[in-house]
Amino acid sequence: MRKLLVALISAALSLAAAATATAEPKQGGTLTFSYRIIAGHFNPAIASGTPTGIPGTQLFAALLRFDDQWNPQPYLAESWEISDDGRKVTVKLRDNARFHDGHPITSEDVKFSIETYQQQHPFKPMYAPVQSIDTPDPLTAVFNLSDPHPAILLAFSSQLGVIIPKHVYGDTDNIRKHPQNSQDVVGSGPFKLKEFKPGEYIIMERNDDYFLEGRPYLDRIVYKKISETTSRVISLEKNDVDMTAFESDAEFLNRLKKNGHLTLTPDGYSAIGPLEWLAFNTRNEPFDDKRVRQAFAYALDKEFIVNVLYGGYAQRSTGPIHPGSVFGPKDVNPYRLDLEKAKALLDEAGYKPDGDGIRVRTTLDFIPAGGAWKRKAEYVKAQLKKIGVDVTIKASADFRGWLKTVSNHEFDMTLDSVFNWGDPVIGVHRTYQSTNIRKGVPWHNTQQFQNAEVDAVMEQAGKELDQEKRKALYQEMQRLVVAEAPIAFLHTSPYHTVYNHERVGNPPVKSIWGVCSPWDEVYIK
Amino acid sequence: MTVIVHRLLNAVGLLLAVVVFNFILLSMVPGDIADTLAGESGGASAEVMAEIRRTYGLDQPFHIQLATYVGKVARGDLGMSYYFNLPVSELILGRVAPTLLLVVTALVLAILIGTLFGVIASRKPNGAFSHFVTVLALVGFSAPVFWTAFLLIVLFVAMLEIMPLSGLVDPTTPRGTLAWYLDVLHHLFLPVLSLSSIYLAAYSRLARASMMDVLGSDFIRTARAKGLGETSVTCKHALRNAVIPVITIAGLQFSHIFSGAVVVETVFTWPGLGTLAFESILRGDTPAIMGILFFSAMIVIVVNLLTDLAYRIVDPRIRSARNA
Repeated sequence: MRKLLVALISAALSLAAAATATAEPKQGGTLTFSYRIIAGHFNPAIASGTPTGIPGTQLFAALLRFDDQWNPQPYLAESWEISDDGRKVTVKLRDNARFHDGHPITSEDVKFSIETYQQQHPFKPMYAPVQSIDTPDPLTAVFNLSDPHPAILLAFSSQLGVIIPKHVYGDTDNIRKHPQNSQDVVGSGPFKLKEFKPGEYIIMERNDDYFLEGRPYLDRIVYKKISETTSRVISLEKNDVDMTAFESDAEFLNRLKKNGHLTLTPDGYSAIGPLEWLAFNTRNEPFDDKRVRQAFAYALDKEFIVNVLYGGYAQRSTGPIHPGSVFGPKDVNPYRLDLEKAKALLDEAGYKPDGDGIRVRTTLDFIPAGGAWKRKAEYVKAQLKKIGVDVTIKASADFRGWLKTVSNHEFDMTLDSVFNWGDPVIGVHRTYQSTNIRKGVPWHNTQQFQNAEVDAVMEQAGKELDQEKRKALYQEMQRLVVAEAPIAFLHTSPYHTVYNHERVGNPPVKSIWGVCSPWDEVYIK
Repeated sequence: MTVIVHRLLNAVGLLLAVVVFNFILLSMVPGDIADTLAGESGGASAEVMAEIRRTYGLDQPFHIQLATYVGKVARGDLGMSYYFNLPVSELILGRVAPTLLLVVTALVLAILIGTLFGVIASRKPNGAFSHFVTVLALVGFSAPVFWTAFLLIVLFVAMLEIMPLSGLVDPTTPRGTLAWYLDVLHHLFLPVLSLSSIYLAAYSRLARASMMDVLGSDFIRTARAKGLGETSVTCKHALRNAVIPVITIAGLQFSHIFSGAVVVETVFTWPGLGTLAFESILRGDTPAIMGILFFSAMIVIVVNLLTDLAYRIVDPRIRSARNA
């Protein structure tokens, strides 16, 4: 009887759930979003990063958008075509798209935008093969490429390829100092900038002339900076805030989970592809010996890190590409915890215990950004002690200090966090290419890893138009990198989007770009 | 008159020293705005970083950068914030009002209530109220302000749910309306309570001790012997003398209170100078940090001058001694 009752209740519940799932989106309402930082400006063509990208993708539309299965969808572009040799990409614009000031969007704006990206954006490989852009008519843009470049479709989406108005930004000699990067922003996205108080909040209002009929549903987005995690948690619990993103603190996630009106989801982060790992400076002794690097990788209990240090909110990651990507690692060596093997490898490499039982003395840097990083550093130290490694933890005064130390190669080991940024060409190649060992630049090949075979496979994969062949090449690349172990791969960042499901319908998590995609389907129930 | 001219010249020299010294100190910090922007962008290229450094003149030799900056400040130009791409003076002025609102309200409340508590307590030094003031002073002064702030949040925001958690005002309230001002007051309550708790403690203790000191002196006995009422003795004779240390401390603390406000502002995301200073330091926004340091140095100097004036008004002895 009881079982029947339970079954009935759950049937009723799933019916109710189905009813809400198919509920029609409603027009109107204000969504309050909170993030720990507010960027200084919202022009994604001159800066990447989520603080610019979240509001930037509401204010500016891009050529394409992606669903949660990595399929490109029309956005400003109605259609697109890659020529058989892969050297020509033709994009047709929709004819009803206008900027917030009423100017129509033309192929001239597309040309201007992508050229601005080429000059100003930190991610050079995105548009590096684009040699020229032709504009045969106002609605057609033709990209002439030096080489086939399959990554261009992902580069056309989210904050990596927004279209900015030439008639606004075209007259300046220094777009970085343009006042309309942060005030009176003219984009073509679903929302218009109403008010920006630097460091406090952004108010965005519905773009009534948005080119997608009937959208967006929200009248207004209030984007509030709340830097204290505790304060954000209380605001969510009290319904002062409807949604937050990039929440990563296990303790707070556990607390939020107890609230019946809140949903926590790890969806919407696969394109950003945030990975956390332990990197070795492969030019420093003893990490110039790959057996030492492998030994360290074997010595760490990745399951413990994920389940205990991160409360199960992170996901195990075993290679250079995020597990949520179509190119995610499949049959690479997972370096399952094996202390005996680790010790044997160190023996083999000639690092035998000295009188104090110590084989190697080395240092560890970590990102000075709160509890989890410090805890992880302490765990690494304690765990490596078990194989006779004495680790000195180096604490940087601030984030820039750490960034400087690592980008100048002044480290032995560091805990690091690197994002994939959509296509591997954009955010993965940079970490392993031997041509990308460049002192002073953050998040390049700071490991100073050099491997001709890896270079060659990446070169080939970056140009391969056949998706299946491309997948195989990236599997090959990852097998090679993981075997060489310039990095001990640990886990994904435990990012979660938290929203009040009693109020928010269609939260922006059903896209590979998550909150960095247009919120034109989000509505208030 | 010459005293004032002398003091003004001193002030200008001091400000110049502050500017040069701060510039040198900040240039020693590892990393600059190009690193910050690269860090926030999640990646960078050498070309873009060089471009950013060129844009902000960071590719110039150090002495040129310093000379350019001092020259600008002398002309009243504090430069542009790297991060917000706005004039620093505009950025600071936008933040002064919220900070002054917070700090002045907290300080005035603390001085008034604290002195009142102190005076009442001093009339019966062993009475219950006096002990209460002592305990209050001990607790208020020893509790870290962020802890007090969080306790207040737990009580008023999480449990009673009658106070807003953060910010200056709900951004959706129409600006300039009565509702807007009331909302600001509503948002002001907890930050002011947190900030004044420390100072209230100090002032009540100070006023109590100072009053007891004065009440024991000869001229008070004379006043009582003349047959004056106790209220008149306390308020007219004793308080006027006892309040001098309170003014001294208030002057000193007014300049210090900005540092206390940093913590309170951060906890409540109060958009004041403290938050701006704290975040500018984290971002390596050198012009903004320099501007704030310059501004607070100016405040300290001005407040010291004002404190001096206040003494003269309250205490005729200082007036005549300094004029001589």
